[in-house]
Amino acid sequence: MKSASRRRLRDVFLSAGAVMTVLVGASAHAQERETIKIGYAVSKTGANAGGAGITTIPNYQLWINDVKEAGGLELPDGSKLPIEVIEYDDRSSAEEVVRAVERLATQDEVDFILPPWGTGFNLAVAPLFDRFGYPQLAVSSVTDKAPEFVERWPRSYWMLGGGEDYTDALATLLAEQRDAGTINGKIAMASVADGFGIDLVTAARASFEEAGFETVYDKTYPVGTSDFSPIVNEAATTDADTFVAFSYPPDTFALTQQAQVSSYNPKVLYLGVGVGFPVYGEDKPNAEGVMSLGGIAPDNESNMAYRKRHKELTGQGPDYWGSVITYASLQMLQEAIKRVGLDRDKVSEELSNGTFETVLGETKLEDNQLRTLWWTGQWQDGVFVGVAPQGRSGASKVKLPKAAWQAQ
Amino acid sequence: MTMRLAFGFSLAAAALAALAFAPFYVGPYQVGLLIGLAGYVTLSSAWALFSGPTRYVSLATVAFFGIGAYTVAALNEILPYPLVLLAAAGVGLGIALIVGLSTLRLAGVYFVIFTFGLAELVRQLVTWYEVNVTGTLGRYIFMSFGPEEIYWQLLALMAATLFVSWCIGRSRLGLALKIIGDDEVVAAHCGIDIARTKLALFALSAVIITLVGAIQAPRWTYIEPGIVFNPTVSFLTLIMALLGGANRLWGPALGAVPLFLLFEWLSANFPDHYSIILGLLFIAIVFILPGGVLAFVERALAHSKRVTGNAERVREPGTAEARQ
Amino acid sequence: MLMTALIAGLVLGGTYALVAMGLTLQYGIARIMNLAYGETMITAAFAAFILQSALGLNPIADLLLIVPGGFLLSWAIYALMMRPLVTRSRDRGALEIDSILATFGLLFVIQGVLLVIFGANYMSYSYLNVPVSILGANVAANRLLALVLALAIGVTLYLLMTRTRWGTTIRAVAVAPQSAPLVGIDVNRTARFAFALGGALAAAGGVVISMYQTFTATSGVVFTMKALIVVIMGGVGNLLGALSAGLILGMVETFVATYVDPGLTLAATYGIFLALLLWRPQGLFGKAAR
Repeated sequence: MKSASRRRLRDVFLSAGAVMTVLVGASAHAQERETIKIGYAVSKTGANAGGAGITTIPNYQLWINDVKEAGGLELPDGSKLPIEVIEYDDRSSAEEVVRAVERLATQDEVDFILPPWGTGFNLAVAPLFDRFGYPQLAVSSVTDKAPEFVERWPRSYWMLGGGEDYTDALATLLAEQRDAGTINGKIAMASVADGFGIDLVTAARASFEEAGFETVYDKTYPVGTSDFSPIVNEAATTDADTFVAFSYPPDTFALTQQAQVSSYNPKVLYLGVGVGFPVYGEDKPNAEGVMSLGGIAPDNESNMAYRKRHKELTGQGPDYWGSVITYASLQMLQEAIKRVGLDRDKVSEELSNGTFETVLGETKLEDNQLRTLWWTGQWQDGVFVGVAPQGRSGASKVKLPKAAWQAQ
Repeated sequence: MTMRLAFGFSLAAAALAALAFAPFYVGPYQVGLLIGLAGYVTLSSAWALFSGPTRYVSLATVAFFGIGAYTVAALNEILPYPLVLLAAAGVGLGIALIVGLSTLRLAGVYFVIFTFGLAELVRQLVTWYEVNVTGTLGRYIFMSFGPEEIYWQLLALMAATLFVSWCIGRSRLGLALKIIGDDEVVAAHCGIDIARTKLALFALSAVIITLVGAIQAPRWTYIEPGIVFNPTVSFLTLIMALLGGANRLWGPALGAVPLFLLFEWLSANFPDHYSIILGLLFIAIVFILPGGVLAFVERALAHSKRVTGNAERVREPGTAEARQ
Repeated sequence: MLMTALIAGLVLGGTYALVAMGLTLQYGIARIMNLAYGETMITAAFAAFILQSALGLNPIADLLLIVPGGFLLSWAIYALMMRPLVTRSRDRGALEIDSILATFGLLFVIQGVLLVIFGANYMSYSYLNVPVSILGANVAANRLLALVLALAIGVTLYLLMTRTRWGTTIRAVAVAPQSAPLVGIDVNRTARFAFALGGALAAAGGVVISMYQTFTATSGVVFTMKALIVVIMGGVGNLLGALSAGLILGMVETFVATYVDPGLTLAATYGIFLALLLWRPQGLFGKAAR
């Protein structure tokens, strides 16, 4: 027992010592400013990596590359400072993303932090951005509570709208088609049991009811479902002309394939995240007429140039929904720094009030939210074009009923 | 012996006090680190409380962790905070008893897989309930306290866990557990009520894990099943405890601290190659340190003693061949 | 409707059975609980994707390349990584824990390599996504292929195992690894072969699944879990058990989705699995004594 207790003591010392050595880490010492530090934590591995890998990471890389090629970020006095980038992997864990942002803010003392991917993760870090005084340009998060969040965290910016925006736009568009006699007043609906799917389907129920539609099939399926034949077959037995699914990319692809196999060709086929991926519809004749969230204006030259550059640099095309917004948000940050310098309070103020020229065209936030978005898009001749709101310049005309499936 | 014990306790108390005052001297990031450290030391110690002596490898850690977090998310606006924690502990205890009663007769890999399946089942049921009954999936936790308070709570829980673990190691219960771990038949012949002993330990371990989840939840602001039922938590807890040595009081802590810091360092310095390095490390642990770090150190020490002819080899019950 | 659900369930079950048979070989005969099983499949899926998109090869022709590749890879993994663990372990329990930990590490290594090479993106191509009508129900030809392949492999291996001398050797190793050397069986070689064969089946499963399922570098774990459930349900090491359990699981999921609620399919899977573990831990078709 003698040396056993001595061993325990030594263990106490060991563990306490190990903690202390890390805690007394060197903090960054003040120095003449030679660079601007930009940091971000994003899911490079784990469950969220697929989403982050298409909407967020490539655009961060593209922007960093563009800034480097331009010789750095421009400051109000016209001088340019090169950027230094610090990148962490949050491994798709909420605890990791929280700690990584704390680290960026207080250990690395970066000048600006780019937001993580996903609604949940942006909410998880929002209190930190607020406490440490960083502007948070949250792009990849769809939330109806954005006005509430802006009040709570005045430096947060919500760039992708809320569920109601998308479903109201869809309901309006469908109501027009119904009134024109193109489709009947019945809808079959499926949704993924995840924050995104539930938010949207809850909003959709209200929007559709208000627009006088009858929902004849409304089911939710768990994340990770791989076989959609029951859902598609059930929906096919209803007499609904419209099939709506608030789905995630693997589901979106599987639903599309299953619909072809079951020869189910509803007059309106509206699916969730994934339809806007280039791989879904570019050079794929069967995508013709499929609808989803997002879209682009094909006559927007700066956006088209951005898409070309994105593909050249990262080897993959950007998606047709969040990607361009992500890049535009970075351009806004860049321009705000150019106008007011590195003071984060002033930059936040400029982001709230300023008007910016981005790849989207002229961009201005309303109550810290981007409101000029394409709520509904449709694949037409290999491009996913925005079809709602109709009034917005560059809007394409929706083509319904959807084209027939072609044999492959 | 008693003097040494008193000395050991005062040293532990001093270390605890130093850790408790740490937030006043370090920055927010270090507090975040300390939260992570305290969380994983507690998780792996609680895991080892049951799995160490019984050798039941449980992957249900995240099931209880998530239940704790969800209870807080569901009740934080209805009940005062201490009651919320109590409710979380109660829910964890109830589920642990049900699960324990039905599963502890499973052995080996069946138990491993069952516990993993349990975590997934709980996640699916919570999702289904939220979708169909409450109609929202994400829940918000807006609490008035900051990371320091979370840290202190975790620290207290960690100290309590280690203390309980130390008490059990010295009690009849601990002896009974060691016999069960060595040979269930012998244990039964000694008149030990195997089922009840295992159940008690499983429930205790589960309640602590539930509390860790409950205490950490306010840090994430937003809770959804995919966030709190992340299976990585189960795997990390397991690896940390095994690395340190699940049969020693300080083993899990000694596994959790270096591994946690290593993960932190890897994700900061090698974000692209994190998975590869982590995997190689795992394999290395299995091949080089099969009994955990402590067992390795002890073997080395025992060996050097034997070489110098310094007689008496101390052998704590059940430690020499920790996991043969 | 009932017929449609039944056939859709069988076809889905075919995928599960195909995925599970390799794992049951590895776990039942080579005694390695291979958590990196799904990663082997995903690697094969990526290989098929590359061969299809870059070289324009037909995915079915890919099988001829990728399946032997899976065999060799698993053979090497066993020889390099698993063999020392088998030698070291004194009983089955220790080997189980060691192999879980070691293959868990391997899982991360393979995932990390795939991430570095391919990134975290969703991969998808579709092949043979054409309807085939069976008894009035439309099913996808690629999924039907999985079912046919599963049945063919399952029945062939079963016949080989029960009717040939080679099969007897393998079964002897599965049942009594300690005694097998007494009758002149090289346990190491047999176990390595079984493990490699399991890897080949995983590769076949990966190629077939890549034809209709979207995958990422990190989606292997899902397949491992599904396969594990089927293996335990069918009884460890029991090929026909895995085949039947896979088909049953597919039908359960389809029926729950059709008649109860698609939201409960996975809950039903895990619920049935857990109940079965408690009721018959040896599996639906396993023998009671273990």
